Amino acid sequence: MATTLAKAAEGTVAEQHAHAARIEHVSKSFSGPAGSQLVLDDISLDVAPGEFVTILGASGCGKSTLLNLVAGLDKPSAGSIETPGGRPSLMFQEHALFPWLTAGKNIELALRLRGVDKAERRPEAERLLELVRLGGAYGKRVHELSGGMRQRVALARALAQDSQMLLMDEPFAALDAITRDVLHGELTRIWEAANTSGSAGNLSVLFVTHNVREAVRLAQRVILLSSRPGRIAKEWTVGIPQPRRIEDADVAELSLEITEHLRGEIRRHGQH
Amino acid sequence: MASTDTTPKVAAKGKTDDLAGLEAGLDALDAIETHRTPVREVLVQKVLPPLLAVGLVLLVWQILVAAEITDETKLPALSAVWDSLADMWNKGTLLEVIWTSVSRGLLGFLLALAIGTPLGLIVARVKFVRAAIGPILQGLQSLPSVAWVPPAVLWFGLNDAMMYTVILLGAVPSIANGLVSGIDQVPPLFLRAGRTLGATGLRGARHIVMPAALPGYLAGLKQGWAFSWRSLMAAEIIASSPDLGLGLGQLLENGRNNIDLPGVFLAILLILVVGIAIDLLIFSPVERWVLRSRGLLVKS
Ligand SMILES: Nc1ncnc2c1ncn2[C@@H]1O[C@H](COP(=O)(O)OP(=O)(O)OP(=O)(O)O)[C@@H](O)[C@H]1O
Ligand SMILES: [Mg+2]
Repeated sequence: MATTLAKAAEGTVAEQHAHAARIEHVSKSFSGPAGSQLVLDDISLDVAPGEFVTILGASGCGKSTLLNLVAGLDKPSAGSIETPGGRPSLMFQEHALFPWLTAGKNIELALRLRGVDKAERRPEAERLLELVRLGGAYGKRVHELSGGMRQRVALARALAQDSQMLLMDEPFAALDAITRDVLHGELTRIWEAANTSGSAGNLSVLFVTHNVREAVRLAQRVILLSSRPGRIAKEWTVGIPQPRRIEDADVAELSLEITEHLRGEIRRHGQH
Repeated sequence: MASTDTTPKVAAKGKTDDLAGLEAGLDALDAIETHRTPVREVLVQKVLPPLLAVGLVLLVWQILVAAEITDETKLPALSAVWDSLADMWNKGTLLEVIWTSVSRGLLGFLLALAIGTPLGLIVARVKFVRAAIGPILQGLQSLPSVAWVPPAVLWFGLNDAMMYTVILLGAVPSIANGLVSGIDQVPPLFLRAGRTLGATGLRGARHIVMPAALPGYLAGLKQGWAFSWRSLMAAEIIASSPDLGLGLGQLLENGRNNIDLPGVFLAILLILVVGIAIDLLIFSPVERWVLRSRGLLVKS
């Protein structure tokens, strides 16, 4: 999502790194009243620049924990995480927009905190809203927007950070199927545009979901996490060309295969 | 780590986005329509009920007087109170008396604001300070501010400094505590979202914590005003002296000294009306505006 404007503000040119994120032997445990609980166990994962990866796993397997670690909101108990492209932007499961600001001002705050000049903020915010097809929503308060529109503003705000990596934590989980379908299209379009527009920097996406079809619909690579502790159980490369549809036969076919594995993972826990 | 490749199949043509139209439709369906309540509705729903209630109270009062439940030295006739009011108005002292108290109250409140705000910020953000004075600050709220009048008189004598001291001791804890609880109730999600956007430290306080804590802070200010006004009245009633200028509290106390029951009732009514009026004219509109702009005010 790099814009010339952003690069001027940073004073650097987007460099190409070997990877957008390198997660090496990361473990995470939380200490609770019942002793320490191992949530993530020895996760190693590289995300290539411009790559779209989805992480799939049952509820409570540590997906959010992993994203928080990559976002730098929390420290791993062991192992290391590198994001050479700078601080990633994170889109939460709840839209996390600030209710005291309008949609446009939410985006402008992100621009301001990134160091964009005052005069450039408004046109840039409007461009980003246009990008998520919400041209008229600049002056709208958060509570005046529908759930889908809020998620789109949140996406625009995340893009406003102009980071080379976008972390998304089940961003569309609370939406109805049709709205979700629409937003899948948007996200794919934005991601593709960011990675094909010549000099612009890459945009890698690490997208967390527990919806198998969503994972297959979006990703180039699907990673299945096992539960308790979270480990990488299996990984699929998705070769189906975009534009895909969630109801496509080949999406359904691969989803079925992955679902079988996911069921196996969950069943394993019922055996003792 | 097994990796399975699915063979890319030929992408179905004609799958190019027809989503745009769908999207516009969804937005049109989803958009929340906001409309202003018409003036007539506001009058009927908001203004009429309290007016009726006040009218009812006055009616009952007048009936009690007419039925001669007690004699006039216990319950004055409405007309007698009205006459006192008209009398003060004619002498030109009414507005003067009100202004004496209101100006003291508001200035005291502003002072309390200037002290309570940084105090609340420090208590909320610095662990040691919170542990040290947080409980005291909360305890002070339950201490009736009239208790501060005797020491204040001994410290400063009968003058304005004593009045402001009593107001401050009454209002500062409310304002500081309001800010502290406002900050405590900021959803962690906002703080985390702020951090991913790069709002940490002072920038986080300015762009995230303060605006997010605003509703709690405003509630504290409202309470702070109520405490300021009450403290001031306590000070004025107890420490009345000719040097101090005649405020509403002194008016009440003079009424007692002169065994002028209508005057006493008038003073009480004025104190009540002024306190409510300041709240209705200044604090409530600000609070409502803040809550409404965040969608926190549910229209019923
Ligand atoms: N701060 C914390 N302290 C203690 N335990 C935690 C903490 N955060 C998460 N956990 C535990 O870690 C595990 C994984 O939580 P996490 O939120 O990462 O799951 P998830 O995969 O995102 O689940 P979901 O799909 O429901 O969002 C849970 O068992 C949870 O109880
Ligand atoms: Mg989660």
